[in-house]
Amino acid sequence: MSLMTANWNPLGEAFYRKTELYEMSWNLREGLKDSLLSAAPYGGPIAVLREPHRRSPRSRPQLEIYSASGVSIASFPWKSGPVIHLGWTVTDELLCVQEDGSVLIYDLFGSFKRHFSMGQEVVQSQVLEAKVFHSPYGTGVAIVTGSSRFTLATNIDDLKLRRLPEVPGLQGKPSSWLVLTQDRQTKVLLSNGPEFFILDNTSCTSVCPPGLGPHYGNIIHMCVSFNYKYLSVFTDSGHLWTGPSHLQDSLSLVDTKKTSRPEQMVWCRRPKSQEPAVILMWDHLLLVVGVCGETIQFPVDDPCALVGELDGVRIISSTHQDFLQEVPLVCQDMFKIASMAPGALLLEAHREYQKSSQKADEYLREIKEQRMLGEAVIQCVEAAAHEYDTSTQKALLRAASFGKCFLTDQSPDQFVETCRELRVLNAVREASVGLPLTHAQFKQMTLQVLIDRLVYRQFYPLAIEICRYLKIPDYQGVSCVLKHWASRKVQQKDLSDEAIAHAVCSKVGDTPGVSYAQIAAKAYECGRSELAIKLLDFEARSGDQVPLLLRMKRSHLALTKAVESGDTDQIYTVVTVLKNEMNRGDFFMTLRNQPVALSLYRQFCKLQELETLKDLYNQDDDHQELANYYIAASYREKRLETRLSQLQNAVDEFNRAKNDFSAKATEDEMRLLRLQRKLDDEKGLRLLGLSLQDTMETLLSSGLHKQADQIYRDFKVPDKRYWWLKLKSLAEKSEWEELEKFSKSKKSPIGYLAFVEVCMKHNNTFEAKKYVSRVTAEQKVKSHLAVGDLEGAAEAAIERRNDAEIGAVLSRCSTTDRLLIDRLNRARAATQRK
Amino acid sequence: MAAHLSYGRVNLNILREAVRRELREFLDKCAGTKAIVWDEYLTGPFGLIAQYSLLKEHEVEKMFTLKSGRLPAADVKNIIFFVRPKLELMDIIAENVFSEDKLHSSRDFHILFVPRRSMLCEQRLKEQGVLGSFVNIEEYILDLIPFDGDLLSMEYESAFRECYLENDQTSLYHTAKGLMTLQALYGTIPQIYGKGECARHVANMMLRMKREFAGSQNQILPVFDTLLLLDRNIDLLTPLATQLTYEGLIDEIYGINNGYVKLPPEKFAQKKQGESSKDLPTDPKKLQLNSAEELYAEIRDKNFNAVGAALSKKAKIISAAFEERHNAKTVGEIKQFVSQLPHMQAARTSLANHTSVAELIKDITTSEAFFDNLTVQQEFMTGVDTDKVNTYIEDCIAQKDPLIKILRLVCMQSVCNNGLKQKVLDYYKREILQTYGFEHILTLNNLEKSGLLKLQTSSRNNYPTIRKTLKLWMEDANEQNPNDISYVYSGYAPLSIRLTQFLARPGWRSIEEVLKMLPGPLFEERQQLPAGLHKKRQQGENRITLVFFLGGVTYAEIAALRFLSQMEDGGMEYVIATTKLINGTTWIKSLMDKPKPKTP
Repeated sequence: MSLMTANWNPLGEAFYRKTELYEMSWNLREGLKDSLLSAAPYGGPIAVLREPHRRSPRSRPQLEIYSASGVSIASFPWKSGPVIHLGWTVTDELLCVQEDGSVLIYDLFGSFKRHFSMGQEVVQSQVLEAKVFHSPYGTGVAIVTGSSRFTLATNIDDLKLRRLPEVPGLQGKPSSWLVLTQDRQTKVLLSNGPEFFILDNTSCTSVCPPGLGPHYGNIIHMCVSFNYKYLSVFTDSGHLWTGPSHLQDSLSLVDTKKTSRPEQMVWCRRPKSQEPAVILMWDHLLLVVGVCGETIQFPVDDPCALVGELDGVRIISSTHQDFLQEVPLVCQDMFKIASMAPGALLLEAHREYQKSSQKADEYLREIKEQRMLGEAVIQCVEAAAHEYDTSTQKALLRAASFGKCFLTDQSPDQFVETCRELRVLNAVREASVGLPLTHAQFKQMTLQVLIDRLVYRQFYPLAIEICRYLKIPDYQGVSCVLKHWASRKVQQKDLSDEAIAHAVCSKVGDTPGVSYAQIAAKAYECGRSELAIKLLDFEARSGDQVPLLLRMKRSHLALTKAVESGDTDQIYTVVTVLKNEMNRGDFFMTLRNQPVALSLYRQFCKLQELETLKDLYNQDDDHQELANYYIAASYREKRLETRLSQLQNAVDEFNRAKNDFSAKATEDEMRLLRLQRKLDDEKGLRLLGLSLQDTMETLLSSGLHKQADQIYRDFKVPDKRYWWLKLKSLAEKSEWEELEKFSKSKKSPIGYLAFVEVCMKHNNTFEAKKYVSRVTAEQKVKSHLAVGDLEGAAEAAIERRNDAEIGAVLSRCSTTDRLLIDRLNRARAATQRK
Repeated sequence: MAAHLSYGRVNLNILREAVRRELREFLDKCAGTKAIVWDEYLTGPFGLIAQYSLLKEHEVEKMFTLKSGRLPAADVKNIIFFVRPKLELMDIIAENVFSEDKLHSSRDFHILFVPRRSMLCEQRLKEQGVLGSFVNIEEYILDLIPFDGDLLSMEYESAFRECYLENDQTSLYHTAKGLMTLQALYGTIPQIYGKGECARHVANMMLRMKREFAGSQNQILPVFDTLLLLDRNIDLLTPLATQLTYEGLIDEIYGINNGYVKLPPEKFAQKKQGESSKDLPTDPKKLQLNSAEELYAEIRDKNFNAVGAALSKKAKIISAAFEERHNAKTVGEIKQFVSQLPHMQAARTSLANHTSVAELIKDITTSEAFFDNLTVQQEFMTGVDTDKVNTYIEDCIAQKDPLIKILRLVCMQSVCNNGLKQKVLDYYKREILQTYGFEHILTLNNLEKSGLLKLQTSSRNNYPTIRKTLKLWMEDANEQNPNDISYVYSGYAPLSIRLTQFLARPGWRSIEEVLKMLPGPLFEERQQLPAGLHKKRQQGENRITLVFFLGGVTYAEIAALRFLSQMEDGGMEYVIATTKLINGTTWIKSLMDKPKPKTP
């Protein structure tokens, strides 16, 4: 702790420090010599291909994949063609670019995923050099071929090969080149002898970095910063030029006094860098060249690999891994010798406090006097986040916590958050996990991605612990992890279905958000249908089970589950599949065992396939419904004969269903239809299709009384209804004589008040009066009133001594009927006295 | 605009806002100008969620009705189909898309399925070869639509028919989904009671869905204490009877559709001086009916016979308020009067409207025909001569009164008599077939299948026992100042509501015998609440029950429940939900089958 600045090296205004990340767990007997090595940024894995050019079939090169701490993840002999370049995708998949232009993709565990080719013509011309790069679209691959042509694929997941224009005068490979992503455009920068070009989709433009005249020599190496914003080039005169990658400007030009070509060259800067630098590596020397012109030299004993990161450079040697970075400003303030920054004072105060020294108070007082205590706490917290050493982190956080005690309105959020994040970071930095992430990298990559990466590396327990510790909602955290774990689990070939199902179920239980259907789908993809079905049984959402069951051709089970879900759309879907899959007989039998599905299918048929509907009823011997079907069908027929034959079918079915009433009613209808047709033909009427009542009405209004009477008798029409009909019809046509004759044909079943009222409706008082005498006693008053005969009404009411009726008559009397009113009142009084 | 939704015990505006938000999100997904092609059936329900102005704000420039052939021309970027998931509609959409492509190629198509997307429909679109033409295919989960502060409806017209006639439980699935949505917004409902097959099915689905979503447990304090699920078929009688509340009568006579009624315009003519009465309006007068209108909220649930008095009382209050202006002396007083003016004028318009409506209704309720019909209904409900052919029905058939009126009466007689004797049933059926046409044999068959019309199989008639135990008939119903729910039918207390009332107090155990006589299972379920969400009730705070009528509910029943909510010692308030707001006529109509004869 006290020697915090021991590994600091000044560079211009700032300091650079090299911190050891790991002592590598691997055991590379021959070091990194003659190896192709690629390490992914963000503490990613390392791939090493020993002696890539060895071709003898007896001793194949070995491809090894390690975690960043050197723990072996996979190792296998390389059986494919010669590899030119290794690279990692953003999702930690390994790309192996072969000489023949094919690119093989492996996952972290060395399982082959797929491959693609960089173009047919490459097979002939061969790849000379390749680079893997990251663009906004994903991970890309660029190659330069033996015919000196560049080909680009900007996103390997959506492969579109672009062959770039020819570079004038280029023979073989260029002296140096790189891929640059600018404004969502991918370009290639290359140097060839004294020339320097930008190559894009359409053109090849010669350019010159500003301030780098030809007298500085030819460009022999170059690199671009992590964010593609800065470029640096190295010339054979030993000059290092740096500047923005758009080449409009320059930052510096430094003479390194080295003329040999550096083996590697990487930008080392961080967001808001004070003193960015470029790191160059030769055989035994690592040179940090600041933009300010100053340099730092580190000796190297062993070949190393440089990995550019967001905020520094990882240096991987056969034994160690270090992290080289510009010391963050807040750390400088904290630890710089004799720093008077509030954070530094607070740290000192806390140190004294632990020693129970009164100096603690003096330091505190000093900070408080400057009203900087809040600032001091923040500095301590921020500095802690940047430190890799846990005891330093603790000391800083304790100091912050101490300082917080004297503050009342400081939000604890930042402190708490940093503590939590550091705990997570320390856990993943453990060599056994091997993710040496800095706090800045962690923030950039986000927690979600970190968890995804842990899951991908199969650190399930750690991932779950982190999720729980950080209280991530289950559906984003634990559930996700378990889902992946389970999907992985079902692929274990050495375990029985039973064992896997049991293991999955006991771990996952009913954790919300874990879909057994998805796990089952995975199992099915791996060819384990039985396991899939077992797992599906745990799925609570019957609806989710259905699509997979259908895919697995377990249609019967799918139908059962669909019915369980109650989702009719899903039932329909399964039914449709079944229908296409099975022969008709089996299909119907299946439906029979699922009444819910059967009725839905009937509904479907009613709208879409009427013929099938009939077959369904037939199969079920549902004669009632068959009869109804025929009746409905009869109305779709245009010709009378076919209509009748459909109705006859209905009659037969009604008989089978022992529905005597409907059979008879249908027969009557047939009889009626025939009769209507006959009458239509004979009399030129349009009766066909009318109801019986309307038929009679039409006949009566056409004066065909005989025919109407015939129907009335033949179809056993109730007297009442027929009398009403006839009464209204005759009155309508003002056939008063006929009406009178009719009224006398027999005793009216509807009484005679109806006659009175109908006549009055046609304003024929004269006719109405004829029937008044014939009404029953109870209707006398009403009928007299109907024809406007007050006297008669009064007479009848008084005779019947009915109070209500007397009242009714009274209410109709006007003042001119004095005498009548008196009589009625007297009669009323008399009835009431009784 | 929809403030009345938030006045009730449960703020249903939350639900409305939730569905509005979802609609906006969908519209914004289709960037640029839009035209909406409507499944006509949806426009009514949508009107309750979003007015045209909302759509307009989101660049909806044109609206069309979905019909086959070519889409009307519209210079828009997006064409969005708002449809129910029905196969026949898919065919029309396919036709639209096909005829469209030849003209323009740059328009984007989208489909919004209401209330749920359907694999079956997408499959059909695929078969028609247009599935690929759609940029977005989404669902708009609109199950329960808030109609008023205490009323939700799914406006699923065919629910009863599908459930009881066709054994198609789609509507119940939507119901369960709707209830899940409701619980997501208003908390888990701890107690579920139910009676009937469909109720059982819905409860089962809800419980299963809850298991499915276990963990995504919502942490909302439950608003509802109880859910009561009732099958319509445990009370077939109530909707058959003529509703006698103000709102019920408006619905019976003119039909209320999605909260609107269309009335004959004559009575609403503006009588302005100097204007000749020659040009009377001919378009029907459209009125919106909900509790946003103060006067309507006050009178809608009254028995119609009490409406007149309420209106005249209101008239006095309003004219008194206008008289106030003479007393206003100081500037301050005048200012205050003026500020109240808009409100008073609105009240006056409202009064004028409802006076006109009441006059219209009164013309009908005082007619002899109405009276006779009501008398027969009440005879049936009280069990008078239900086992014989009824002369009034016979006469009505002879006069060829509307078929639905006949069917309502015949069904009522059947329900009140626990089925009709073979002779009586056959007589009615024959009369109907002969008078109204043979094709109605299908409708009669439907009514029999759904239990509205049936053959008496046992000599035992349960109805009188039910009537007596549940006190379905109250001799001295007080229409003016009711003390019992029976006022809504002037004597008859709706069975469904009596069951609800008994559940609240003293509990269903006291009427076990009767419940056994009603069809379908009886059940009770408890839903576990997450710890810490148990409601601590304030002293005197009422409990809230959500009553869900599967297969429809009438306005009179709603009125009866509101009456119970307002009872001072009730201790229970009700929110009502249903698959559809019905009355006897619309209900019977939904069960009718009318094959269209082809003319030769």
